[in-house]
This record gives sequence, C-alpha cells and structure tokens, in this order.
Amino acid sequence: MTNAMTDAPLLTAEAVTKFYGARIGCRDVGFELYPGEVLAVVGESGSGKSTLLKLLSGQLAPSDGRVLYRMRDGVTRDILTLSEAERRFLFRTDWGFVHQHAEQGLRMGVSAGANVGERLMAVGWRHYGKIRTEAETWLERVEIDAGRIDERPTAYSGGMRQRLQIARNLVTAPRLVFMDEPTGGLDVSVQARLLDLVRGLVADLGLAAIVVTHDLAVARLLSHRILVMKDGRAIETGLTDQVLDDPREPYTQLLVSSILQP
Amino acid sequence: MTAPLLALDSLAKSFTMHLQGGLVIPVVAGISLDVAAGECVVLGGPSGAGKSSVLKMIYGNYRADGGAIRVIDRNETVDVATAAPRRVMALRCTTIGYVSQFLRVIPRVPALAVVEEAATAFGLGREEAQARARRLLALLNVPERLWSLPPATFSGGEQQRVNIARGFIADHPILLLDEPTASLDAKNRAAVVELIEAKKAAGTAIVGIFHDDDVRERVATRIVDVTRFAASAA
Amino acid sequence: MSALATSGTVAAGGYNFAYLDEQTKRMIRRAILKAIAIPGYQVPFASREMPMPYGWGTGGVQVTAAILGASDRLKVIDQGADDTTNAVSIRKFFEKTSGVETTTHTAEATIIQTRHRIPEKTLTADQVLVYQVPIPEPLRFLEPRETETRVMHALEDYGLMHVKLYEDIATHGHIATTYAYPVKVEDRYVMDPSPTPKFDNPKMNDCAALQLFGAGREKRIYALPPHTKVVSLDFDDHPFEPTKFDHACALCGATHTYLDEVITDDAGGRMFVCSDTDHCEERRAEGHRGALLGEAPAAIAGAAE
Repeated sequence: MTNAMTDAPLLTAEAVTKFYGARIGCRDVGFELYPGEVLAVVGESGSGKSTLLKLLSGQLAPSDGRVLYRMRDGVTRDILTLSEAERRFLFRTDWGFVHQHAEQGLRMGVSAGANVGERLMAVGWRHYGKIRTEAETWLERVEIDAGRIDERPTAYSGGMRQRLQIARNLVTAPRLVFMDEPTGGLDVSVQARLLDLVRGLVADLGLAAIVVTHDLAVARLLSHRILVMKDGRAIETGLTDQVLDDPREPYTQLLVSSILQP
Repeated sequence: MTAPLLALDSLAKSFTMHLQGGLVIPVVAGISLDVAAGECVVLGGPSGAGKSSVLKMIYGNYRADGGAIRVIDRNETVDVATAAPRRVMALRCTTIGYVSQFLRVIPRVPALAVVEEAATAFGLGREEAQARARRLLALLNVPERLWSLPPATFSGGEQQRVNIARGFIADHPILLLDEPTASLDAKNRAAVVELIEAKKAAGTAIVGIFHDDDVRERVATRIVDVTRFAASAA
Repeated sequence: MSALATSGTVAAGGYNFAYLDEQTKRMIRRAILKAIAIPGYQVPFASREMPMPYGWGTGGVQVTAAILGASDRLKVIDQGADDTTNAVSIRKFFEKTSGVETTTHTAEATIIQTRHRIPEKTLTADQVLVYQVPIPEPLRFLEPRETETRVMHALEDYGLMHVKLYEDIATHGHIATTYAYPVKVEDRYVMDPSPTPKFDNPKMNDCAALQLFGAGREKRIYALPPHTKVVSLDFDDHPFEPTKFDHACALCGATHTYLDEVITDDAGGRMFVCSDTDHCEERRAEGHRGALLGEAPAAIAGAAE
C-alpha cells in the first residue's frame, strides 16, 4: 500500500460527460484510480452507472472530458485516441470486462477451456498443451473442476458461468478489470461465493477494479472506495466504509437506509 | 511527555438526517486531545456522549465536520480529517489499528485468515503473520477447532475475540479500542488487559472506550470525559 | 486468360461472349485485380444472377466468365472429376456461351474451374485455377457478425481461429478439420481455401499458377497470386498434417494422390481410387496398374480401359 502511494494513477477520469441528445447520461465525473484499488460505482438503475462504465472502458465516446490510462509501458494515453487495434489489444491483455450476464462475456458455443484459452491464443500462444494447462489452472482458481474443461458453458450453472467469465478475463493478468453488476441475477449463496472469490483474486493479483453495482453489500465487501451516482452525477465519493457508515447526501442516506438487514 | 503520536484539534461532529427533514443531531464539538506513545487514553461519559464517534473519526470511518486529526506516520504528519481516501487506507494498514465493537463477518473466510490478513496488510511476512495469529487466538481462548472455520456461525464472544486478535496482531503505533471487553468473561477480559499492557509497554498510543470500570481502572493512563465536549443542540 | 478483348463477341444462341455483359466482366476484373493486389483479402463484388442456382458454382462461373478469352482452353472439375454433373453442366455452359475449347486434361487447360479439389498435376505459370466457394468467411462459424469479422480481418485479430482448432483437439485429440482447413496468406490474412480437402493445402503454397476464388451468393472474390506463401494454421505441439491414405489407388496404383472410397456392390465391396480422374487415366495410359484395375466396373475405370 505504502509503495503504491508514490505511483501514478492507473486510470484518471476528467470531467467525463455524456449526453444522449438532450438527456444526460453522465456529467462531470472525475476520479483517479490507483493500481490495486477497487472502486465501486453505486446508484439506482438509470443513474448513469453503466454509461460511466462504457465511457471509462472506451466503449462509448464522451461528449466532453477525457479518460486517461497508464499503459504497461508507463505512458499515459487518452483512451479515446487509441486506435481500434490498440483498444482491442488493451481489452485482451491489460483489461478485463466482466458482464452481468455471463452469456455476453463468454462464447457459449465453445468449451470452457477454449473460453479461457482464447485470450492466450489472441496474444500469440501456439502450444496446445500449454494453453490447456493454463486453462486448467485458472478453472481450479475459480473453483471449477478441471475435469469439466471440455464442457460448454451451456452445461454450467449461473454461478459457474460467472466464475468462468472471470477466469477468461484474468488469464492474461490484466491490471484493470471492469465489472458490471457481477453478482446480479445470482442466488444469494452463489453471490457470496463469487464475491469472496473475486475479493481474494483482486487482493492476490493486485488488480485494480471498477465495479458497478446497485448492491451496497457488494460494494462494501469488494471496494476500497465508492462513488455514488444520481441523475448522471457523482454526488458523493470517499472511502467505502465512510460513505456507507456516515453518508452525507440525502440520496446516499436514502440508499443506505433502504438496505434490508437480515 | 514525548511528542504525541495522535493529536485531535477542535474536532467537531454532527449528523444531518436528511430523511427526517434535515434534523441535525450534534455529537461532539471542540475536542482537543493529545495521545503520546505508551499512553492509554480512555474516553469516558455515558452512552450517546459520542465516544464511539470520536474513535470512528480518528479511523476515518466517520467524517469530521471541523477540526483536525493529526497522526504521525513515520516522519510525516497526516490530517485524517482532510486526507485523501487513499492516504487513509494506507494509514489503516500501517499506522492505525482499530478494534470495533463487532466483527464484520466476511463469508467463507476462516477465522485464522481474518486475523492474519491484518498482519500481512501491515507488512508482516506470511509465516510471521500466521505464527502471531495462532498465538493470539490461543491466548484469547478461541478453540483451535474453530480457527479454520468462517466466524459467521461463532457466538458473539468468540467473534469478538477473533476481532480483538485481528486488531492486536500488527504493531500499529496507534490503536483504537471500542469496548473490546464488552461481551467477554472474566478470564478473557484479563487476557485482553494483558494484551493492552503489552502494547503500552511497546510504546503504542492507545485510545479506548471501556464500559467495564474494572478494566478501565487497570489500563487507563488518563480518562477524558467526552461530555465536556458535548456539542450544543442546533 | 489470353485475348481479354472479347467485347462485341457474340457466341452461338445470341449470348454475349461467356454469358456476362462486358460491363459486368470489367467490374469483376477490377475486383479480381484488387484481390490479387491484397492476397487473401475478400473483395466484395456485385455478384449477378446466373442461370443456375446458388451453390452450383455461380461465383466461380462469374470469375471464369470475366477472365475467359477466345483462345483459352477450359477444364472444369467437381471433386476432381471431369464427368460429374456440376462439371459437365458448367463445361457445357461455357461451350455454349463462349465457344471456347474445353478439355479434361490438366496440362492442356489454361483455365481450370474447380469445386473441392486441386488437380494432382503441378500447375504452371500459364494456368489459372478458379475455385467455387460456398462460404468465403473463415471466421463465420465462430463470429456470426459480418461487421465484426471484417474488423477482425482488418486488425489481424485472429485468436478466434485457433479457438476452433483448440476445440478440435479438445474433442478429437487431433485437429479434425479435414476440409476448408484455414490458412494464413503471406503472414497476413486468414483465408478459407474453400471446401478442398486439407490434403490439397500444401499445393496452394508457392503455386506457380494464379488462384482465384469466387463466392457468388456471398458476393466475394479473393485470390492467391503466383508463388504466394500459404501456411495452414496449427499448434506447435499439433502441427498441420495433410491427410495420408493407407491404400494405393486401386486403378493406377498411385500412393501420393487423394483417394475417394467407392462402393462397388451391395455386399460391402469397396475400392479406393484417385479423385482426380484425369490424373488417374493418364497414369494408366503410362502403364501404371492398380491392384483391382482388371476387375473394376467400367463405370469406375472409365473410358481409359
């Protein structure tokens, strides 16, 4: 942690703004994300969380503002100026993107092994045996029996699919992972397992992550910092436990007080 | 007295309840307090006086409305009240330890790992962390058969002892204790008192809340009555 | 290919020379030139309705029509044979619409239109091989979006191609793709060699003849100029291997050719014979004899006997 203090930010959002015609998707959002940090973006549906995630990951061009990313060579680039080839390369090496619906992040028509191996093959791995061994290692890491490596994700449960998606993303040791409601739609017990797994992987690999969620429990468990969004704006930001235990903004207080305590 | 490791300067806190028509609940105001190495300052006063809030502000868990919380972090002075979240996170790893009233249980993480985690975050090696965790859990009479289990199913007292072990495992120069002995029996209270004494001897600056008079008398270097700083109702 | 200036030529029956009008042929030639300039790249072209159904070689026919000249000699094969329905009808089509000479002998042909095979005889610099292509996009079955596959080609984003081969090995223990086996052209474009058996893949590499690929339904033309580097995709530990046969040709005794299995009777009798009928006949004419030559039915042994 202390060593990282002197590091430059990995990702910087500067007054990121997106209009859909006259409607605001997201307005004036700015923050810095450092290596190893997990930032949760919380808010209700329609608050601009998903728009923000798309803007940060270069899938959507902002109407104003910019997103800077420090590449592996140490050079900081405006992600909007990356060529499509560079952007894709980033997406299969240094970035991961975990979709809410695993079906969107997986190739459902090919085996689990091929799903995990695809990124390796895309960056030039050409040894079947090594690709397979690496895929097996990753399946084990996400608690999937390596004996099921040749099954298609269609044969997997929802929780397994989500874990497979995570393995597929982490196999190239990315430095930044975007997660869009990673536990949405999963049973509570399955959620807990996934969260714990993600929490462990993030800590072990020193990943930075931006997690979009409407679930404050997910934010508390996974993130160091939190950004509360409402109507496209970041209305409150700070340490996760600080914002959740001592919320200032009326909307944040409403969010926090709306959680059901078992 | 040596230079304080922790200095509160005119610290103030109130809560604004927006869901109740903007009701402002004043907590404390004008708290100034220095804590030196080897001291154990006990916050006194009845419940609701804002003792816990003070500890939470020092840890960065609550935000301060006014004043400063100066912490010596190696050669640097950091004001927790205004520091960036990232800086506060770093302080929690290396400088400020905190034993909360309740253990926040994380699904599937075994007790031993919960305790070790605080040591590795502090910078201790894995082996050292494990050795310390085992020693502390044994000292606090947590049965060894529980160590590999997640504390979710533990009794309140067992959970609290895991929490104490987690708070005491690292060598943070500053330690905050929020009623660590509340749900413990006499034997375990004594163990905790021993741990506190050891920390004091090692030069740790401690701020604590103990509602148990016996423990308070034994560990306190001085007692500060928080009601002195009660904020007037707005 | 010789004497491209065919404008105004009208063949018997009132057809324009080689059926297509001159403007269409020019359009196709432009696409061909572009394809030659960018080996392995799929060039879109305004494919015309032809007087035969899609799947019968409309792409190959249009390419042949565009490059055919009055002095060309045309050979048409289907699965290596000159006498199968598809080959016969396309040969007749050009005989009728262009009046060019046709042949079954590989060595005598200047243009060879083919479905699913490359002739066994080594092609030469003055020959053109025209492939009929059903599906030009090698990434199609892995990525159905055409917009996406085009971007993948543009960015050389070919990890997916190996995913297919990976799946093969995972399922079958070896790369089980035996035809339409993907190749990389000049270290750049991944290309579908049309449904030729992988046995023929090595013949594409460094070939002296020009190779043109036409996909009529999908409106794409691509090309391999003479002596282009064509490498079959594989893994380091599962290298590409052309199909090998345990048998020799029952008619000509050849051990280096692509063989078809032919059922000879209702009692399960079968024999393996060269798929390239012209090559097989030529060998027999030279005196090579296979084990079953004497007893093979005339329908299989053909006119040479």
